[in-house]
Amino acid sequence: MDDSEKKSIENKPAENGWPLWEVFIRARQGLDHKHAGSLYAADAAMAIENARDVYTRRNEGISIWVVESKYIHASNPSESEAFYDPANDKIYRHPGFYKLPDELKNI
Amino acid sequence: MSREEEIFERKIEEEIRIEPKDWMPEEYRKMLIRQMSQHAHSEIVGMLPEGNWITRAPTLRRKATLIAKVQDEAGHGLYLYSATETLGITREETIDQLHSGRAKYSSIFNYPTLTWADIGAIGWLVDGAAIMNQVPLCRASYGPYARAMIRICKEESFHQRQGFEILLTLSRGTQEQKDMCQDAINRWWWPSLMMFGPNDDASPNSQRSMQWKIKRFSNDELRQKFVDVCADQVKSLGMQIPDPDLRWNEETQHYDFGPINWEEFYQVLSGNGPCNRERLEARRKAHTEGAWVREAAAAYAAKQNQKMAGSETERRA
Repeated sequence: MDDSEKKSIENKPAENGWPLWEVFIRARQGLDHKHAGSLYAADAAMAIENARDVYTRRNEGISIWVVESKYIHASNPSESEAFYDPANDKIYRHPGFYKLPDELKNI
Repeated sequence: MSREEEIFERKIEEEIRIEPKDWMPEEYRKMLIRQMSQHAHSEIVGMLPEGNWITRAPTLRRKATLIAKVQDEAGHGLYLYSATETLGITREETIDQLHSGRAKYSSIFNYPTLTWADIGAIGWLVDGAAIMNQVPLCRASYGPYARAMIRICKEESFHQRQGFEILLTLSRGTQEQKDMCQDAINRWWWPSLMMFGPNDDASPNSQRSMQWKIKRFSNDELRQKFVDVCADQVKSLGMQIPDPDLRWNEETQHYDFGPINWEEFYQVLSGNGPCNRERLEARRKAHTEGAWVREAAAAYAAKQNQKMAGSETERRA
């Protein structure tokens, strides 16, 4: 990154006060809302309308959630090894761990 | 090599996508910011030559289609700007880079759309070339870029088909319409070939980009694929590709084609194309004249928030 680029990132200009929103869309009844992308909007109503225009132009959704990006907290990828470590040595949580006779049915 | 770098290289090797918060080399980040923002700018500037024909589309069906297509391009620009922002550059900064002329966009959009047939030729050739470029980018090593490309590619295929349909209609029309069709193909063919970028030996960034699995095929490989496809498709139109050297090569199983005028490419790229100035001015004007809308929306939102906070306090009291 050269200096001019670095500087511009540090001096983040306000997006006219428009916050960033994350968009979640339910494709069909019975499915979860799934992250679709993000967009800027002045308020929630505008975020939902814009999300409709940007992410559901071809009937990709029947329900939209938006949440301001600043409210999303995320796990830290650089700590992911230690963070998910507790699950690594617990194969007894999976059904295949238990050796049962082949003739046993419906289990 | 640092431990972080090793992990990064191993992920690339094993086709594991890189995500925004993962460690990545500064060069990789920079290369992506440049490529993805240029790509976003191209979608946005690409709306201009086509927007030119919305009010003059020959039928209501064509008009509705063209509006939908231009709206798609705006959406594609947005997906890509959002994806670019995950790399740590703000939206305003990327847009400022476009408006100040520091960032490039696809040089094809600096050519004018002189007749209705140009809308057909853009759909067939320009969107066709874009699709050829973009389909392998759906597997790009950077997750947000790949996801944006998947969405874009799904939508882009209608663009190419509607373009071909326009040309097909003209090619079956009056002599005047046939001439218009051929003329548009003549003007858009070579600039479309240039869309794949310089020849491999003149494209220093390509190799690095391929090592990092951002690009999957070289410029010349993709260009050849495009020529092969178009040389067959043009037969359905009964039109000619404006290249006297174009012929099937039994040995290579590809079409040979004539030399590209790279001097023209670099001239257009450096700002001297027929419409460079007009395109940038249109973008700047839209941004400046839209400022009051952005401000008004922000002011309205602030007022609504205040009202809500007020009624909340009342209820509690």
